[in-house]
Amino acid sequence: MQANQEVAVLCRSVEKGFGVGDTRVRVLRGVDLEVRSGELLMLVGPSGCGKTTLISIIAGILDADEGECRVFGSDIKSLSTVQKTAFRARNIGFVFQAFNLIPALPIVENTAIPLLLSGMKRAAAIEQAAAMLERVGLGNRTKSLPAQLSGGQQQRVAIARALVTNPRLVVCDEPTSALDHENGLRVMELLRGMAAEEGTTLVVVTHDARIFGHADRIAKVNDGRIVEVVESVSNAA
Amino acid sequence: MKSIALKMLMGDRAKFFGILMGLTFASLLITQQMAIFIGLMTRTYGFVTDAQLPDVWVMDPKVQFVDDMKPLQETQLFRTRSVEGVDWAVPMYRGFLRVRLEDGNFQMCIVNGLDDATLIGGPARMVEGTLEDLRRSEGVVVDRSAALDKLAKPPLVPGGPRIPLAIGDTIEVNDHRAVVVGFCDTSPTLMANPVIYTTYNRALTFAPHERKLLTFVLVKAKAGQSIPELCSRIEAATGLKARPKDDLERLTVDYYMKYTGIPVNFGIAVLLGFIVGIAIAGQTFYNFTLENLRHFGALKAMGASNRTLLSMIVLQAVLVGAIGYGLGVGGAALFGEATKHTALAFRFPWELLFLSAGAIAVICVLSAFISIRKVFKLEPAIVFKG
Repeated sequence: MQANQEVAVLCRSVEKGFGVGDTRVRVLRGVDLEVRSGELLMLVGPSGCGKTTLISIIAGILDADEGECRVFGSDIKSLSTVQKTAFRARNIGFVFQAFNLIPALPIVENTAIPLLLSGMKRAAAIEQAAAMLERVGLGNRTKSLPAQLSGGQQQRVAIARALVTNPRLVVCDEPTSALDHENGLRVMELLRGMAAEEGTTLVVVTHDARIFGHADRIAKVNDGRIVEVVESVSNAA
Repeated sequence: MKSIALKMLMGDRAKFFGILMGLTFASLLITQQMAIFIGLMTRTYGFVTDAQLPDVWVMDPKVQFVDDMKPLQETQLFRTRSVEGVDWAVPMYRGFLRVRLEDGNFQMCIVNGLDDATLIGGPARMVEGTLEDLRRSEGVVVDRSAALDKLAKPPLVPGGPRIPLAIGDTIEVNDHRAVVVGFCDTSPTLMANPVIYTTYNRALTFAPHERKLLTFVLVKAKAGQSIPELCSRIEAATGLKARPKDDLERLTVDYYMKYTGIPVNFGIAVLLGFIVGIAIAGQTFYNFTLENLRHFGALKAMGASNRTLLSMIVLQAVLVGAIGYGLGVGGAALFGEATKHTALAFRFPWELLFLSAGAIAVICVLSAFISIRKVFKLEPAIVFKG
């Protein structure tokens, strides 16, 4: 990927906990992380180590309790709810583990949602979404409902939806965990290839060792901290 | 996002129809019960509505409603006529009298005695014969529905159909012979008693002998005369109660609203419809939102503001509300049409459309409010939970 030395995401001493009093659980215990612009960074680690909480903070859908997280220079925590919402709509794409496609909508409309949310006219949004589906190889299925597609195809729709607005950052939560090996690899190749074309930064949370080879860097998370960041796949594996 | 909101709603057919059914049933029940209630209330003063000419009805000061008959002395008629602004004033008798049927049964009937000279205060429509036929000896005009049913003659053979009264038939009103000279249409009465019209003086011969037998004095105001002022003047001069037609109708409805269980019974039915609407539609709508919570969360994560989500949910609520309301009032109107020729009291004024629309709107607002609250409190991070 075309990673450069510009910093897309900068987290310093990020802490996050849930619950109060005796039941409070500290999920992140001072995370320091840099994500370079245009790179594909994978967050790996055991279940419950705080990976998902960290990408939620990076994506601006959770606030850190302590510390600072800057995305493209903006301190997300300091933004109001409305500003955060607008920031996400402008800058961040999402790929979810469970796809989160709306079952009643044809995939072209699912793909067009971020465009509609950004205020684009419906006809233009549908046209742009159809073009994006063409790029992910689903140009002939635009009117299909999600339930009519395989898991791999649904995740391709989710990737098209995440990238349709040309976001600067895409966060992916276990994008291959619901897919078989072959489909998982295909989806990852597609995601990486399309992001590279636009210079999009990718932060991918995964357990799936089979896709580590696609990462530029891998950050190992354990017990709420980044314990190691490795540049190459061989080191991580 | 509007079309997406609508497709999300209609995509889950079972829930969509569940919400519609709840709202349709609520709308139907609320509209139908209120229409029957209004129909019944209209029947309480139907006789006043039928008598179209008088501007003012004069009665005993203690009268609380139309059928609360407290007779006056005949002299009150002449005192009323002498009040300034009165064009004419005529007497009217109204009372419940027993009619003996050919098969030996008795039927309580409402007998209206009209001024012998003018026959003012008569029914709105004659269907056979003329009102002037009342001038014939022992003549009475009977309401058509009673002639076909409650006052009909016994069947020729046991178990056969009863024979409707015909012109020339005789009936016994309080042991006095009366000859049917015509048939009329009248507004149905609350208790569905048959209505008989005759002349004032003949009605007095039918009625049990009492010192006072005059029930109402019907008054026409002179042209340009203010009706409220005339009422005040009549009350001051006679010590009686004088009311314009509309006021007398309202007085009657107020009495039934205040002193009978009718509004409570219908109120309970309407409330039931309202509660059923909230229970079914509200809960189904809420479940629909709950099931779509992940998707609302995803929309939030992707940049949908609370305002956008609010407009989506409101649109969904408005759509199901409008369809449910339309089906409900349509069903109620069909019910009214189907029962038009039965004894059922059903009256569907246009104002009722607004009342039931208001009720359905409240149900939808409450249903949507619960869902909106849930979506507003939703953390978009929910989408990252497996």
